[in-house]
Amino acid sequence: MQASKRRFHIPMHVLVFLAPAVLLYTLFMVIPLINSLRLSFFELGPQNQQSFVGLENYVRLFSDSNFATFFWRALRNNFIFFAVHMLVQNPIGLLLAGLLAEGGRLRNFFRTIIFMPTVLSVVIIGFIWQLILNPLWGVAEGMLDAVGLGAWFGPWLGKPETALVTVSLISVWQFVGIPMILFYAALIGIPEELEEAARVDGATAWDTFWRIKFPIILPTVGIVGVLTFVGNFNAFDLIYTMKGANAGPDFSTDIMGTFFYRTFFGQQLQLGNPTMGATVAAMMFLIILTGVLLYMLLWARRVQTYDL
Amino acid sequence: MRKLLTLISLLVALSLVLTACGGGGTPVTEPPAITEPPAVTEEPAATDAATEAPATTEEPAATEPATGEQVTITIESWRNDDLAIWQDTIIPAFEAQYPNINVEFNPTAPAEYNGVLNTKLQGGTAGDLITCRPFDASLELFQQGHLASLNDLPGMENFSDVAKSAWITDDGSDVFCVPMASVIHGFFYNKDKFDEYGLEEPTTKEEFMTVLQTLQENGETPLVMGTAEQWEAATMGFQNIGPNYWQGEEGRQALLAGTAKFTDEPYVKTWQDLAEWSQYLPEGYEAVKYPDAQSLFTLGQGVIYPTGSWEIGLFESQADFEMGIFPPYVENEGDTCYISDHTDIAIGMNAATPHPEEAQTFLSWVASEEFATLYANALPGFFPLSNAEVTLDNPLANEFLSWRQQCESTIRNSYQILSRGEPNLENELWRVSAGVMNGSITPEQAGEEIQAGLDQWYQP
Repeated sequence: MQASKRRFHIPMHVLVFLAPAVLLYTLFMVIPLINSLRLSFFELGPQNQQSFVGLENYVRLFSDSNFATFFWRALRNNFIFFAVHMLVQNPIGLLLAGLLAEGGRLRNFFRTIIFMPTVLSVVIIGFIWQLILNPLWGVAEGMLDAVGLGAWFGPWLGKPETALVTVSLISVWQFVGIPMILFYAALIGIPEELEEAARVDGATAWDTFWRIKFPIILPTVGIVGVLTFVGNFNAFDLIYTMKGANAGPDFSTDIMGTFFYRTFFGQQLQLGNPTMGATVAAMMFLIILTGVLLYMLLWARRVQTYDL
Repeated sequence: MRKLLTLISLLVALSLVLTACGGGGTPVTEPPAITEPPAVTEEPAATDAATEAPATTEEPAATEPATGEQVTITIESWRNDDLAIWQDTIIPAFEAQYPNINVEFNPTAPAEYNGVLNTKLQGGTAGDLITCRPFDASLELFQQGHLASLNDLPGMENFSDVAKSAWITDDGSDVFCVPMASVIHGFFYNKDKFDEYGLEEPTTKEEFMTVLQTLQENGETPLVMGTAEQWEAATMGFQNIGPNYWQGEEGRQALLAGTAKFTDEPYVKTWQDLAEWSQYLPEGYEAVKYPDAQSLFTLGQGVIYPTGSWEIGLFESQADFEMGIFPPYVENEGDTCYISDHTDIAIGMNAATPHPEEAQTFLSWVASEEFATLYANALPGFFPLSNAEVTLDNPLANEFLSWRQQCESTIRNSYQILSRGEPNLENELWRVSAGVMNGSITPEQAGEEIQAGLDQWYQP
């Protein structure tokens, strides 16, 4: 009785305001997502009829050498891709944010410049960097030569040992603005008094940063981490633009996104396989979901937030 | 306040997960934007709205066209390089004869064509006419019911069995595409440079290597090619010179019959040659892409370019030096020469087209001598497959064509039947051939890896 009474208390206008978002999300996100997950439990017959096969596609993905080799390699490459972002992009982002937050006359200029690549199209980024690193007419070799490091230059994008790290670093260059802006926003939110108090107590700038500012922005560090994780495990466009769907050389730049694309859509003489593609997509979803859940349970709950 | 912020950011992060996964998991509804063909293709009727209501292509009623009614048919193709030729030469010639049929040429980027086409066919949005890749890719489309059988098409009698072999069922009962053209592999070279150093066209491997050596000693880049896109190594290297080692059709049929293996001498020798080529390639060739290599050659910065007849058009328009061609070298003086005369392109009919009659009219015209002449002369380097006597104006194209008399023809060995299974033979050939040229695997390893992959699923 009481419960039903309460239900009537949900104000009509709340429902009305929620409806468009809920409807659109359901229609364009939730239903396709569920349908894609459903497809991974089916197999296509010769006339495109679907038949239920249970977990067989997943068994194939993990045991059939045609898929398992690719899957594990793509997963490993993806973790390397992620590691480069965590070890290079985010520390640099933090460093830049720390410098910008100190102030200075050109602060707005640098903030804009550093953020700029983020809003450029991936196709342009891929094209420009391929030109820069091109061993025939790229400027990279000449620039290294000018500082006496010409011998270090190599066709980095074409060698299996260096291609993945090179592509990762290009992606870092493009996206370093995002952690920078997030850290920057968090840093400038810290009240001046805290810093002043620390200075009065005799703390150096280094101490102030690591003992006072960094603990305060820890929640942002977590968010940047999880955003990087989600972004990296969904990455596809840069590698597809620069290395094609075959993610050469020798699949050394193959990550989950390109593996999914090849499986689903096919490549040259290889025909697409929608159900196995959906299986790969489901695995990507699971990996990302696991990462986000781990973050929420292990990090977001434990990290201390300060109301300032 | 901070807690609220955290919460909001979390929600953003979560929604990103959803969005991202939605994008990854639902490609049928939204393929990555990059694979979308140019916007023009999406609105076939918009440009000639004056002639008809935009709904023509969808209208089932149009299957019984009244005389004088305008019908628009659309061609799916990967030949985006040829857009101008279709629009300015081929289509106007057809429309002049059949004024009530409008033809739209709708190309997609070559590397994306197969994927995009499969998706379009499954989604029911593909054009009326489908440009056919050779062999299994098209056969699969026919077996799935996407391509119509063309056994009774008037004009089909103009093609030999060899010409039709790439677009016919294994038992020979159904033809499903009208053969359009083949391409021939060979080497382009810079005649000015050859004259400068007093070089002759090499015919044997020894001569070829001597030429490369001489060029290198003179400070030239002898051989222009990159391995960044991988297919160059397989298509322009392995399939180019290989037939001379595995003796063309004989070797190809032996692979199909299982009496020859990729670990055999001819195949390993082919890869050994590719490995030997590496030292003559431009610096950093591992990261050199196909257009880079083309530019390098047409700018006169490299001397010999292993490729195929399809380059004639582009090279003649860009290079300002005299070009020559020579066929793939043979192992020893006097050996029979073999060329890869690859049946490469054909055109078929979407089984679900609302305009089967108009589509067939167009296909019959494609099978005619008129089309063969138009096409071969508009696109020098694409040789017609019909039995019609076609005169070519382009000297380089004629020279390529003359090899058909001197040498035995064959096709690329990975195309018929052998790329049906997983791992896909063609993809694997790309990978190992590039690997051999990059020095990351040996020719012997290449053979073993390819054969092991094939053994997994192919039992002759």
